[in-house]
Amino acid sequence: MQVIDLRGVSCPTNFVKAKLALEELDNGTVARILLDDGEPVKNVPRSLKADGHRLIGLKQVEEGHYVLELEKIDE
Amino acid sequence: MADVKQTKIDLNNLKAGGFIKERGKDLFTVRLRVPGGRMSVPRLKKIAEVADKFGGEFVHLSVRQSIELININFKDFDAVVEELGEATQKVASCGARVRVPVACGGCEYNPNGLVDTQKSALEVDEKLFGTPTGHHKFKVAFAGCPFDCPKSATNDIGFQGAVYPTLDKDACISCGLCAKSCVPGALVMGEDSKPVFSNDPCIWCGDCVKVCPTGAWSEAKRGYTVRIGGKWGRNPLVGTLFATFLPEDRVAEFIATVLEWYKEKAEGYGRVRLGDTIIREGAKALLDHLRGRFPEYTVAATIAPQVIATQVGISR
Repeated sequence: MQVIDLRGVSCPTNFVKAKLALEELDNGTVARILLDDGEPVKNVPRSLKADGHRLIGLKQVEEGHYVLELEKIDE
Repeated sequence: MADVKQTKIDLNNLKAGGFIKERGKDLFTVRLRVPGGRMSVPRLKKIAEVADKFGGEFVHLSVRQSIELININFKDFDAVVEELGEATQKVASCGARVRVPVACGGCEYNPNGLVDTQKSALEVDEKLFGTPTGHHKFKVAFAGCPFDCPKSATNDIGFQGAVYPTLDKDACISCGLCAKSCVPGALVMGEDSKPVFSNDPCIWCGDCVKVCPTGAWSEAKRGYTVRIGGKWGRNPLVGTLFATFLPEDRVAEFIATVLEWYKEKAEGYGRVRLGDTIIREGAKALLDHLRGRFPEYTVAATIAPQVIATQVGISR
């Protein structure tokens, strides 16, 4: 499983870093993106959806951050 | 014999205002008409040319999205109007008239935008710009979403884009993104791991629809939330809610209906704004007038515009 750790990275840098990391992956790859609570978890998922990726799920883990699971979709 | 030269100016150009006297002798600010703050690049270039030729060393961006040419000699009015006209740029208004509407970027490129505020601003500008109110200025603003960057409720009529969400439970994958995205707390995850919606806290921002990965959340309706009677200045008022989910194509008609009421009810009271007229007549009077033509969008009840204290902290 590909993990993209964006904890401690604020908006909009986290979204741009996610885009760059996703560029490296093959179409259809499922990735986990680690996001801080607050603005990042509100903004990044919907921006990635608008970029055409398929959001699969979102879970908050014990440490407090969120794990967004998505499938990379090439346009 | 002295060579007396008579200055000739086409006074028709001044009818809607937009030429504002400056401190210096003979000098005026020329306020340009820029509905919604959108300016095409060729037009911007032409304005720069005219400013360079007739104006001072800078232009000013007004707080209502207009470009103002500074230090224009009144003898150059005709030439300025003519040269701007080559780029179809018109002069704006001042005084007791319907002003140029302001608007945010809208929904074409801004991901938050729910409605096409630019289209609304252009339409209202075309149909109602410069209409004399008979009483006082009349300002209109369009916000594309409830974040409301244009501060719509501080206008005589303020429009705010809104969507009402609806859930298809079968398409929901229980990811919880919608509940996480819902700032006002109108969505919480229920015991069946599906979101539960409460209408009261919902501000109709549509964030749930935007984030939903499967399209389980979708729009049941879309339109403008309308607040009326706001203003800023010396005695600010915040406009109150008069209509919800007003369709975009009925905006100009709605404003005209409010103007009709304002013209009539403010008659004989001098230079008075719409908000103060509503306070005097009661919110119900305007609500009833609107309900006649917009029964499905007018709210059941509302209150008059509310006074905002600005001298907070001063002890008297």
